[in-house]
Amino acid sequence: MRVLVTGASGLLGREVARLLVRQGHAVTTFQRRPSGVDGAADFCGSVTDGTAVGRAVAGAEGVIHLAAKVSFTGRAAEFDEVNVEGTRRLLRAARAAGVRDLVFVSSPSVANSGAAIAGLGAEPADPEHAHGDYSRTKAEAELLALAADAPEFRVAAVRPHIVWGPGDTQLVERVLARASRGRLPLLDAGAALIDTTYVDNAASAIVAALHRMEHIHGRALVVTNGEPRPVGELLAGICAAGGVPAPSWGVPGGVARAAGAVVEKLWTWAGRKDEPPMTRFLAEQLSTAHWFDQRETYELLDWTPAVSLDEGLTRLAEHYGS
Amino acid sequence: MVAADWPGVHPEWSREIDVASTSAPDDPGTVRRWHLLDNGAQLARRGLTPAGTLLCVHGNPTWSYLWRTLLAAGTDPAQPWRVVAVDQLDMGYSERTDTFRRLADRINDLGDLTDALSLDGPVVTVGHDWGGVISLGWALAHPQQLAGVVLTNTAVHQPVGSRIPPALRLALHPAVHRWGTTTSDTFLRVTHSLAHPPLPAEVRNAFMAPYRGAGRRAGVGNFVADIPADASHPSYPALSGVAEGLRGLEVPALMLWGPRDPIFSDRYLKDLIGRLPQAKVHRFEGAGHLVAEDRDIATPVFEWLAELGRDGRADLQGTNAPAVGVPPLWAPLTELAAGAAARDTAVAEMAADGNVARTLSWRELEQSIAALSAGLTEAGVGHGSRVSLMVPPGVDLTVALYACLRLGAVVVVADAGLGRGGLSRAVKGATPDFLIGIDRALAAAAVLGWPGRRISVRDLPAVRRRLLGVETSLGALTRRGASAGPELPSRGPAQAPDPDADAAVLFTSGSTGPAKGVLYTHRQLAAMRDTVAETFGIRSGARLVAGFAPFALLGPALGAVSGTPAMDVTAPRTLTAGALADAAAAIDATVVFASPAALRNVLATRDGMNGAERKALEGVELLLSAGAPIPEPLLAEVQRLLPGASLHTPYGMTEALPVTDISLEEIQAADAEAAAGTIAGAGNGVCVGRPVHGARVAVVPLAADGTAPGRDFVTEAGVTGEILVSAPHVKEAYDRLWLTQRESISLPGWHRTGDVGHFDAAGRLWVEGRLAHVVTAAGSVVTPVGAEQVIERLDDVGLAAVVGVGPSGTQAVVAVVETVPPARKAGPAAPQLAGRVRAAALAAGVSVSAVLAVPAQPTDIRHNAKIDRTRLSRWASRVLAGGRLGTP
Repeated sequence: MRVLVTGASGLLGREVARLLVRQGHAVTTFQRRPSGVDGAADFCGSVTDGTAVGRAVAGAEGVIHLAAKVSFTGRAAEFDEVNVEGTRRLLRAARAAGVRDLVFVSSPSVANSGAAIAGLGAEPADPEHAHGDYSRTKAEAELLALAADAPEFRVAAVRPHIVWGPGDTQLVERVLARASRGRLPLLDAGAALIDTTYVDNAASAIVAALHRMEHIHGRALVVTNGEPRPVGELLAGICAAGGVPAPSWGVPGGVARAAGAVVEKLWTWAGRKDEPPMTRFLAEQLSTAHWFDQRETYELLDWTPAVSLDEGLTRLAEHYGS
Repeated sequence: MVAADWPGVHPEWSREIDVASTSAPDDPGTVRRWHLLDNGAQLARRGLTPAGTLLCVHGNPTWSYLWRTLLAAGTDPAQPWRVVAVDQLDMGYSERTDTFRRLADRINDLGDLTDALSLDGPVVTVGHDWGGVISLGWALAHPQQLAGVVLTNTAVHQPVGSRIPPALRLALHPAVHRWGTTTSDTFLRVTHSLAHPPLPAEVRNAFMAPYRGAGRRAGVGNFVADIPADASHPSYPALSGVAEGLRGLEVPALMLWGPRDPIFSDRYLKDLIGRLPQAKVHRFEGAGHLVAEDRDIATPVFEWLAELGRDGRADLQGTNAPAVGVPPLWAPLTELAAGAAARDTAVAEMAADGNVARTLSWRELEQSIAALSAGLTEAGVGHGSRVSLMVPPGVDLTVALYACLRLGAVVVVADAGLGRGGLSRAVKGATPDFLIGIDRALAAAAVLGWPGRRISVRDLPAVRRRLLGVETSLGALTRRGASAGPELPSRGPAQAPDPDADAAVLFTSGSTGPAKGVLYTHRQLAAMRDTVAETFGIRSGARLVAGFAPFALLGPALGAVSGTPAMDVTAPRTLTAGALADAAAAIDATVVFASPAALRNVLATRDGMNGAERKALEGVELLLSAGAPIPEPLLAEVQRLLPGASLHTPYGMTEALPVTDISLEEIQAADAEAAAGTIAGAGNGVCVGRPVHGARVAVVPLAADGTAPGRDFVTEAGVTGEILVSAPHVKEAYDRLWLTQRESISLPGWHRTGDVGHFDAAGRLWVEGRLAHVVTAAGSVVTPVGAEQVIERLDDVGLAAVVGVGPSGTQAVVAVVETVPPARKAGPAAPQLAGRVRAAALAAGVSVSAVLAVPAQPTDIRHNAKIDRTRLSRWASRVLAGGRLGTP
């Protein structure tokens, strides 16, 4: 199959492209910087550029759309332009190019209003109540994508939850950086039960989705390792793998959430490029439960995660040479 | 009136009908307009033929809306019943008549209505509150049509000498009555506030809707004013007529009751049961006056309707042998008292100083029982009387128990192990007629308002007697009985109660919900005695020390000498090694019964024993300990204390005691085989051995959702399921818990224990926990005990509990552990401990998501061993969602 992967320079996008190449598919990648995926045709460009998108999608039978502005801070307009309008452009171009299947890579945060999630499935995306510009725009984009689903143009959404692995800058590097500076509080004594996704599992689930479109088109599926852990233990595991002392003190979640929200605003106004020490999004992620019912995902994708949490932490430790 | 605004009501049910009145307050020819909820037209339109009609009568101040769930259920094509729920005149949306309609008028009104409706076919009446009386009045007047009666929180009789409930007295008070019931909507609001949990706003609005404005509430006030507080009231004859008429009513009856009712409390339920002894009764613990709102009553009503016509009591009988005569429980006692051993010690009670406090010979015991029986008879205790015994094991309890049993009275044995709240609920629910108690129990009875005429164990000074409301004492009754001469009423086989009459109500420990009363017949108690005798070889002449109530009572029935050690029975943990040894020495004991908690303390205090005491324990041949699992290492230590004894830990429950038996040697062999993997199915649970004499045990396999829905039972090795037991000594029924009883015997011939476990290839049973505690993870059903045992083997872990959080079918497994030394506060376990707990559980095949450490597990009071996993699960759910830690 000729497959276009957008956003292949990121941790997950690169892994998805590599897996498709290994499976013998003809892979084109589309992102702003070279993807570095051996065996894939690299196509540099931005989803904000309609012409580039049109050229990239030409000839593809399947599309996996990962490109997005993934950040917890920044101006709302940037998120809208990349995440919502970028998706709209890609959908339009793909349909025009005769693409048959499109997998929209989403996030469970599109359906999360901030309350704890304990064993729920993929609830409908809800831009109105999603917290932060990232989640809101991803929710709008997912609704756009699923609305485009049709017999001749099948669309499904896959929502991997907190993807991590060697080379991950979103969670692992941030946790390690903060922990090494002593700035990672153990929220609520680290009791919230959190499920995450090791990067290889997220990639195999997304590729499985492309192969199982007849069973899943028109729907969204949450993907995780299916191994929820108290967040304190999880962070301690990441710190141990990274050779950094684990967080050791607590800040009540309510206080951290409020503080995070204020800091987040200040950073945005100040136009700072680096991330604030504690954003509200991260505080929520770390102080309320996020774990999911994976039964339907397993059945519909005919897939199970191959790399366990412990195996993932071992690989992470190897990566850091600790 | 807009039916569309009433949540739960199909607009098609609402209808009005003009009815010619023949009631006294109306002039001849008067026509009254009634409002009804009636699904008749809907059934007809759907082509459904109803099996009969439910005629539902609301009380004050509700209306037909109360019965909407019955209308919905009656419309189900699987079991169509026409349901006619009336709004009584001056109530709901029926006509405001400007008359004062008394009870007799209202009964006549209802007859006028059913005439106008031309109801044909069988009719089952359903009533609530004062509507219950009116529905019964209709029932008595229409015997040809009547097929059954259903009652919810109502009353037909005010017991002589008792006053009506304070809440009603207040509503009737002249200063309050008109304002409270009519001028204002206070009476309505107060009634609606009796719902547990509170009514949703839209339901409360629907109940209030027909009563907006004082002009629409005259009926509410008149209803209250028509309550006959005493015999001089104009409606008293009508009420008495209904109350007395009930005694001749032989149709099936169902009573569904919410005990949290300030008006229609358990004493009225008891009165109704006395009048309609055939009734199926279910008390919904925690539900109140508006039981139809608090609980689903439609399901039980329609299940009961489906059973109409079957034999009244047959479905309650689970596992019993056909009725053949059995010698009474006390036959060995009578024999011994008349034989050569008459002067030998039968019962001995120890004092705290290590000396014998009291003894009775077999003859003295027999005479005491006979004298007390006579005295109790004179005091009014008779066949079927319920007598609550709140007396610690010892001579007094033995005498009182056998005296009551001989009279055919039903003994209610609720122990302090239920906790103060649990004990109080248990006693109130069982509604004893008499309470025989020690001072502490009588004081609690006075404070907490426990029912029953009070009899003290010791003679009390007059002032204290008055203070506690005590009528007499065991001593006074015995003296009266003894002076009555040789014509003692309990002598002779003619007086022996029917073997199938109720004999005792015992209580479950309440570790999985409110404590349940468990009813035993004389036959079943005798079977329990025989099972113990056969299984453990306890014969007449055995000498046993019992610090554990159920077994303490069996001594005389076994013909065994009984000794009671000095201990605080409300706390089994207080039994010391010395006290046990002194009791053993006093009767030269061959058998010891002790609870697991008591054994722990015996071990803890063993160093305080002197040489003679050690010697006395060495003579013990058999030790029995039941009630909760005992770890093997603990038993091995007990063995060193009782070197000559065979140690047995029978498994059973209040509903069936014992079910299986196992000895220490067998436990050790089973554990070794489980570890070696040489016997299929060995392991994953507590091995409780093989079924006792006369018992059959099987399991119903668990389904993926953690229930045991099947009808097929197996004994195949390694198949986990709900444990079933069939034996002559299984309970008769749960007391006033018809639904619970039905569930427990849903497989005919078996009692469902609510425990889960499996057999091994050697025929031994392994218990894996409670059915209610099964965790349903994605793709696997996890029973707690196996993983808990493995986790408890970790050096720094005490008691462990495995619970689930999250939705059924995809739960996350959580291990909650007590650490050694105890954690300072509850919270997530340190990653290092969590890792080891997780690895240990994984070795037992259980994937643990989170490990939480607690300073102490929440355990039951009676055994101090059964962990309240339901509570733990709630706590873990909150903590792991990111909520505050607190304590479980």
